[in-house]
Amino acid sequence: MEETDVVFLWGSNARAAHPIWFHHLLKGIHNGAKLYVMDPRRTESAQWADVWLGLNVGSDIALSNTMAREIIHAGLVHEEFVSNATSGYEDYKASVESYTLDVGERLTGVPADVIRDAAHVFAKADRAMICWTLGITEHHDAADNVLALINLCLLTGHVGRWGCGCNPLRGQNNVQGGGDMGAIPNKYPGFQEITDGVTRLRFEKHWKTKLQPNAGLNLTQMLKAMEAGSLKALFVIGENPAQSDADGHHVEGLLEGLDHLVVQEIVMTKTASLAHVVLPAAATWCEGEGTVTNSERRVQRCRKASEPPEGAKDELWIIAEIAKRLGHDWGHPTAEEVWNEFRKVAADFAGGMSYKRLEELGGIQWPCPDESHPGTTFLHARLWEKRKKRGPAAPFTVVRHEGPVEMPNEEYPLLLTTGRRLESYNTGVQTAGYDSPLHWGEMVDISPEDAARLGIADNEEVRVTSRRGSVVAPAHIDSTLRAGLVFMTLHFPDDVATNLLTIDVSDPKSGTAEFKACAVRVERAFANVLASSNHS
Amino acid sequence: MTVPSFVQIRRPDREPKKTIELQIDGKAVKVPEGTTILTACRTLGIEIPTLCYLETLRPVNVCRVCMVEVEGSRVLVPSCSRQVEAGMVVRTGNDRVNHTRKMVLEMLASSVDLSTTPGMDELLEEYDCKPERYGPPAPPAAAGVRDAAVCGHHTPPNPDFAATVAQPPMVDNDLYIRDYAKCVLCYKCVEACGVDHQNTFAIAVAGRGFDARISTELAVELPDSACVYCGNCIAVCPTGALMAKREFDMRSDGSWDEEKQKATDTICPYCGVGCTLTLHVQGNEIVKATSPLDNGVTLGNLCIKGRFGWRFVQRNAES
Repeated sequence: MEETDVVFLWGSNARAAHPIWFHHLLKGIHNGAKLYVMDPRRTESAQWADVWLGLNVGSDIALSNTMAREIIHAGLVHEEFVSNATSGYEDYKASVESYTLDVGERLTGVPADVIRDAAHVFAKADRAMICWTLGITEHHDAADNVLALINLCLLTGHVGRWGCGCNPLRGQNNVQGGGDMGAIPNKYPGFQEITDGVTRLRFEKHWKTKLQPNAGLNLTQMLKAMEAGSLKALFVIGENPAQSDADGHHVEGLLEGLDHLVVQEIVMTKTASLAHVVLPAAATWCEGEGTVTNSERRVQRCRKASEPPEGAKDELWIIAEIAKRLGHDWGHPTAEEVWNEFRKVAADFAGGMSYKRLEELGGIQWPCPDESHPGTTFLHARLWEKRKKRGPAAPFTVVRHEGPVEMPNEEYPLLLTTGRRLESYNTGVQTAGYDSPLHWGEMVDISPEDAARLGIADNEEVRVTSRRGSVVAPAHIDSTLRAGLVFMTLHFPDDVATNLLTIDVSDPKSGTAEFKACAVRVERAFANVLASSNHS
Repeated sequence: MTVPSFVQIRRPDREPKKTIELQIDGKAVKVPEGTTILTACRTLGIEIPTLCYLETLRPVNVCRVCMVEVEGSRVLVPSCSRQVEAGMVVRTGNDRVNHTRKMVLEMLASSVDLSTTPGMDELLEEYDCKPERYGPPAPPAAAGVRDAAVCGHHTPPNPDFAATVAQPPMVDNDLYIRDYAKCVLCYKCVEACGVDHQNTFAIAVAGRGFDARISTELAVELPDSACVYCGNCIAVCPTGALMAKREFDMRSDGSWDEEKQKATDTICPYCGVGCTLTLHVQGNEIVKATSPLDNGVTLGNLCIKGRFGWRFVQRNAES
């Protein structure tokens, strides 16, 4: 990051959402790297960019495909890498042929010469990387968006080398670690396939129990299953779906309709308040032991700094006790014992990461198969090896522009997109607890053009209405927004439940909901009241 | 300070540095090209006091405490920034060096409240400093007076008192305070807020000479400034002029007790960057959060959430 030449920061406001990562990016910029920011909003991250590409919400694939076509037609493809290390290039090439610069400009709103410039700079750079966050993944075509960016890196050989690559910036401190440990519906620990018979047999032998052979449900599929009545009981650990999921009214209804809802939490969240049973838990990050994995795959130790409140139990203790009541006596293993079991069942992945080494090295980046292995700074270096060591080719994937499911119309003429602000976090469960001069509460960011057209003054209460719900919040006239776009967060759901507005459509491949785009109407909340009081 | 190897990972095609040989206090030493005299001294176990130097910041050469003698140089040189040269002969503790350090420390101690500067009492004693010989300290300035000083406007000094920067602490938000009666103008906060780390540029040095002070733009209060409350200025402040409000309040009511505090490293519970948080716990209450300077992810920096956003785990402890 600090030594790369070009950075595409795509769908990410890292300055606010990943501030310390952004320090490293700034070091890169001071070292001479060029920064291109792709974001519908001219965010505080975009203000550091050499070029801001203020694309239309949900037009990421169109932008990427247009750049790819330009790179191909300008003869800037990394031919050697593409022929040695990739597959599916011809199909991909044919699929982007219709994305001319003019088509790209029409679909994305970004001027053709700016797209052309970005494509050339990226392709010609010695080292270049693409970093993204939820601006790429909170769409109904999330996985395709990611694949579109991977295609660009494959096309130009910007992968598997120092200062290059595709970097999703993880939004939560252990979202990566959850995946590592197998807390995803289709994987065992270490990203091993549940549906693979040989792997399953190995885990059955190790755990001495029969394992079901099918992938489980992701969150959006669970919500659908609740709706269908096939999922009747839910155990929620440290998540607040009543407020964090799209189309809030709907989700709350589904949770209330369950036969049995158990919530393991550190504070009384909205979801916990709906539960039949609440299991008060210690906050593991500071009241327990364990590991978390950060965005750069670095496994690091969490340690107990203080005692939990009376009655709150260690999370491992709770899980072991539930197992006992279900007829499995696991005893009460320590976090290190659980971790060592993980190292055993996922040896290629984490075999070398003992607690002792994690301490000594200040964390280790996976994969780290044995105790002499230093960890892996970047992935996919094998793609540059000689044929025998190169392994399977990296596939191009054909992806097509679709755009958001819900586009503005006469009744709902604005597009609402959501995100984070610096001082707050998700549904505010954690950040509501401290006083900050930056806590201004929820606001509706609106462009000066739309505010003027609608007669809205700064800080005036406005009503935002979508097809699913309606909320009231103060307007914030924000010159970083283009006309037609409004921005809100999910940080203050008790005051302003933004998720009553968002649309309940999700990506069939990843299960991510389209938080980034829904059509809304904005109007002055008390205009009529004021008007009538003036007449009386 | 030991820097873990992952901090130094560089692109693989970089050439190794040349080795430079020099002499410090009569001992020969070999260090890589580009090393500072200060670092070379530390490899020999020679301790040199510093105020404005920090491993994670670029040297600004302002405190003049780390001066050493280099043979052939007319004046003393700041060891924190001067790079070693082949055949250099360095003396770190002769009379000339010690006399300079004594003067610098005495003048600071006569004009600034150094009561919360770690290690300062020992340093003043080591160099036989007698700040009281400059006279009794002048009475504190009223709030805002030093911030209103205009360049070029001078009042004649009062020979009965030692001039001071004493003034009331600025408490204008719930997260951290600024007590500029304790400020030695080391610039660390300005550099941390600026290009070295945070790049927010909320503060700078305003005024000249004895009127120089750290200021927000137009001396506005923090909530009206560009400050984003990362507290990375607090992390580098060597004197306690910048202090988290919780520590300031506890010191004020006498409950702050570092001997009863235990520091534990864990990982911040917010975004996926994975910043190491050192939680300072006193009586089962988190009273402060910092990050280690030698941590490759943070270099000692945090954002507002990491540095201040952990109250949710201890609402009971404070109520």
